[in-house]
Amino acid sequence: MAVMPSVTIPEEEFTYPGSTGCPGCGANLVMRYMLKALGERTIVSIPACCWAVMPGYWPVGCLGVPLLYTAFEATGASISGLRAALDVKGVEDVTVVGFAGDGGTVDIGLQALSGAAERRTDAIYVMYDNEAYMNTGIQRSGSTPWGAWTTTTPIGTTHGFKHEFKKDIMAIMQAHGIPYAATVSVAHPEDFIKKIRKAKDIKGFRFIHALSPCPPGWRMNPAETVEVAKLAVDTHIFPLYEIEQGKIHVTRKGKGVPVIEYLKLQGRFSHLTEAEIDSIQTAVDARYKLLLEKEASGT
Amino acid sequence: MTKSYEELPLTPISTEPSTTNLTGLWRVIRPVVDKEKCKKCKICWKFCPDAAIKLVDGEPVIDLRYCKGCGICAFECPQKCIIMVREDEA
Amino acid sequence: MRMVMTGNYASAYGAKLAKVEVIAAYPITPQTSIVEKLAEFVSSGELRAKFIPVESEHSAMAACIAAETAGARTYTATSSQGLTLMHEVLMWASGARLPIVMTNVSRAMAPPWSVWVDHMDSIAQRDTGWLQFFCESNQEVLDTIIMAYKVCESSGVMLPAMIIEDAFILSHTSEPVSVPDQELVDSFLPAYAPEYKIEVGKPMGFGSLVKPDQYMEFRYKAMLGMKEARNRFLSVEQEFKHIFGREYGGLLEHYRCDDAEVVLACAGSVASTAKDVVDSLRARGIRVGLARIRAFRPFPHQEFRALGAKVDGIAVLDRSYTFGAAGAMFTEVKASAYSGQNRPIIKNYIAGLGGRDITPKIIEKIFEDIQLVTKRREEPDVEWVDVAGLPRRWR
Repeated sequence: MAVMPSVTIPEEEFTYPGSTGCPGCGANLVMRYMLKALGERTIVSIPACCWAVMPGYWPVGCLGVPLLYTAFEATGASISGLRAALDVKGVEDVTVVGFAGDGGTVDIGLQALSGAAERRTDAIYVMYDNEAYMNTGIQRSGSTPWGAWTTTTPIGTTHGFKHEFKKDIMAIMQAHGIPYAATVSVAHPEDFIKKIRKAKDIKGFRFIHALSPCPPGWRMNPAETVEVAKLAVDTHIFPLYEIEQGKIHVTRKGKGVPVIEYLKLQGRFSHLTEAEIDSIQTAVDARYKLLLEKEASGT
Repeated sequence: MTKSYEELPLTPISTEPSTTNLTGLWRVIRPVVDKEKCKKCKICWKFCPDAAIKLVDGEPVIDLRYCKGCGICAFECPQKCIIMVREDEA
Repeated sequence: MRMVMTGNYASAYGAKLAKVEVIAAYPITPQTSIVEKLAEFVSSGELRAKFIPVESEHSAMAACIAAETAGARTYTATSSQGLTLMHEVLMWASGARLPIVMTNVSRAMAPPWSVWVDHMDSIAQRDTGWLQFFCESNQEVLDTIIMAYKVCESSGVMLPAMIIEDAFILSHTSEPVSVPDQELVDSFLPAYAPEYKIEVGKPMGFGSLVKPDQYMEFRYKAMLGMKEARNRFLSVEQEFKHIFGREYGGLLEHYRCDDAEVVLACAGSVASTAKDVVDSLRARGIRVGLARIRAFRPFPHQEFRALGAKVDGIAVLDRSYTFGAAGAMFTEVKASAYSGQNRPIIKNYIAGLGGRDITPKIIEKIFEDIQLVTKRREEPDVEWVDVAGLPRRWR
C-alpha cells in the first residue's frame, strides 16, 4: 500500500466555515493560512473591510481567536494600543495582528501604519491585497494596478481604467527600517506559513503583503483563485520575497510566464490593447530585474 | 428574532461560531468526488477558502452544509477526481 | 500636599493619581504640557504606564479604545482641531462602552485660526455619548478626573468622559492645588475591572456588525448608561467629599440662587469672574445668582426645571454658537424650563469666542440686561456680546 501523503501545512483550523466571504475568496485563504501559522495565542484587529463583514452579524463570528474591530483608518493605532495594554498587564507570548485590506493600509490607513512601524510596535500587520475597495463595491485604491477596470476607473468612452501605478507598500515598509517584511501568495501555502512563523519569532514591527484574488472584483472564475495567485508569482507581477533587516531576499523566483497568461483570466483587464499589455510586460520585467539587482547588491 | 435590550451585552460582543450559517445554500454548482481516483493528497483540503473540507482519517470529506461551490478543489485536484455538477442536476 | 500648578499639570497629576495604565496622546496647543508631564512621570517610573506617542489624535483615541478593550485604564488629552479630528472615534468609544477619560483643553476652532479659549470644540461633541464636565478651577480639574474614572467605570455607566479646561485661562494659569495622597485615592478608586475584555484564548469578537432589527436596543442601553451617570455622579461626588473634603455642587452649582430674581447660567472659568460680580451686585442689594453648568452631559434638566420655576429670568452665556440655531447651552436650558409651570424669561448671550475676554463689566451689563428684559417680559433674540460694529457697547 502506498504511503499516504502527509499534510504540508498545520492541520488545525482557526477559521470556521459559515463565513460570508464570496465563493473562492482569496482573503479567506489568507486568514486561514495566517492563523494556522500563528496558533491560538493570537489577537487580531480588523478595520472596516471585507473581513469586518465576513465573520457575520452579531452574535456570530468565524475566528477561533479574539477579534477587535476598529475604525477604517485605525489599524496601526489599534494594534499599538492592544500591545501596550498587554504589556502593561504583563500578558506574555501573544501575537498581536493587524489584518487589513489594501485601502485600509495604503490609502486611509497609511498614516496609522507608518506611525505603528516608526514606533516599532511589536505586532504583525497583514495587508490582504485584493487591489481595490472591494467591500464597498470594487472602487479603485492606491493598490489597484495600472490598467485595471474598477467602478471608479470605468472604461467608458475615454478608455478610462486606472492610469496610475500601484503603490509599492513593501518599499514604503522597507523605508521604515522594520526588521521583517514579506510577500506571500495563497497559491503557496507552505511558503506563506513558513514566513508567518518566521515573522512570529521576530520582535518589533513586521509586515506581510498577501495578494488576495477576488473573483467578483477581478471579474474571474472563482475556481481559478489559486491559479491566478500562482500566475501572479510566475509572471513576476507579484514576486515572493522577504526584506529582513533591510535586505531583500527573493524566496521564489517564479517560472517567468508572459503577463498575458495572468491578465487574460481576469475580466478587469479585458479592455487592454496589445500595446498596453506590452507596456505592462515591459514594466513588470523592469521592476523584477530591479528587485533581483537590489537582492544582489544587498539593499 | 430581536432580543430585548435587557438580554444584550453592553456592546456587540460575538461569541457564537459561524457554523450556524449554512452557506451551502448559496451553491449553484457542487463538487462530486470520485473516491476511486482520490489519492488523498489533501490538496483540495489545503486550498478550500472556507475550511469546508475536513480530513477524516486522512481522507478529505467535503461538508456540503457549507461548501459554496467555488470550484477551487476541482480545479486544483491533480487527479481530476472532482467534477462540478449543477445543483439542479445533482 | 499643596502645590502651585497649572490646569494642565492638574490634569497630569489627576491621571497619575488615577494610576492610568496606557496613555496615547498627540501634542496640540495648549494641551502639550499635560502629555509632557505625563511622559516625565512615566520615564521616571513614578507612573507605571505605557506611553504611546501616536502620530495623530484620531490614532490617539483608537489606541485608547484598543487598550481599554484589553482591560487597561487609559487616558488622553487634546484640544480643538485634535478633538474634532477624533470625532469618529469618540463615537466609537461610547458605542463600545469604554470608560476612557480625556482632558479637552477647550479652544476655538479654525478658521479663523485661534489658540485661545472658547467652547465650540467641546460643544460640537455633545452628541457623541461622552460625559462632559466643565471645570472652573485647577483643583476641580484634578478632582474631576479622579471622580470621572469612578463614575465611568461603574457597571451601570461604562461610558467615556471628557474633563474640559479653558485654554490658557486654566491650562496655563497657576493656582494652588491640593494634591491628595496616592493611598487616599487608591481607597476611593479601585483598579479597573471590566466585565468583558479581549483576552488571549477567548475567541470573542468586539464590535460586530448589527442588523437594523437589533441596533436600537444597543443604543437604548447606552442611553440608560448616560441616565445612570447622572445618579452615579451625584453619589460619587458625595463619596469624594467624604474622603477628600471637597465638592462642587453636583451637576449644576448654585451660587447665591436661593432668593435670586435673575441668574446667569454659564460654564467654565467665566463662572469664577461671574461669582465676583454676583457678590458685588448683591452687596448693592441686587438679587442675582449664578448657576454654573458643571456637567453638560448628562445635562442637569431637573436642576434647571426647578431653578426655572423659582426665578424670573435666566441669562445663558454660551461660549460657543450653534449656527442656524442658538447657543447650545441656552437651547438645553430653555428646553428644561419649558415644562415648568412658571416659565422664566430666558435670553442667550454669545460671548468670549476665540478667547475674547469676558470682563466683570461685561458680566455686570449682562445682569442689567437680563433684569430689563425680564421686567418687560420680552421674548428676546440671541445677543452677541462685545462684537465691534454692533450698536451696543459692552466695555
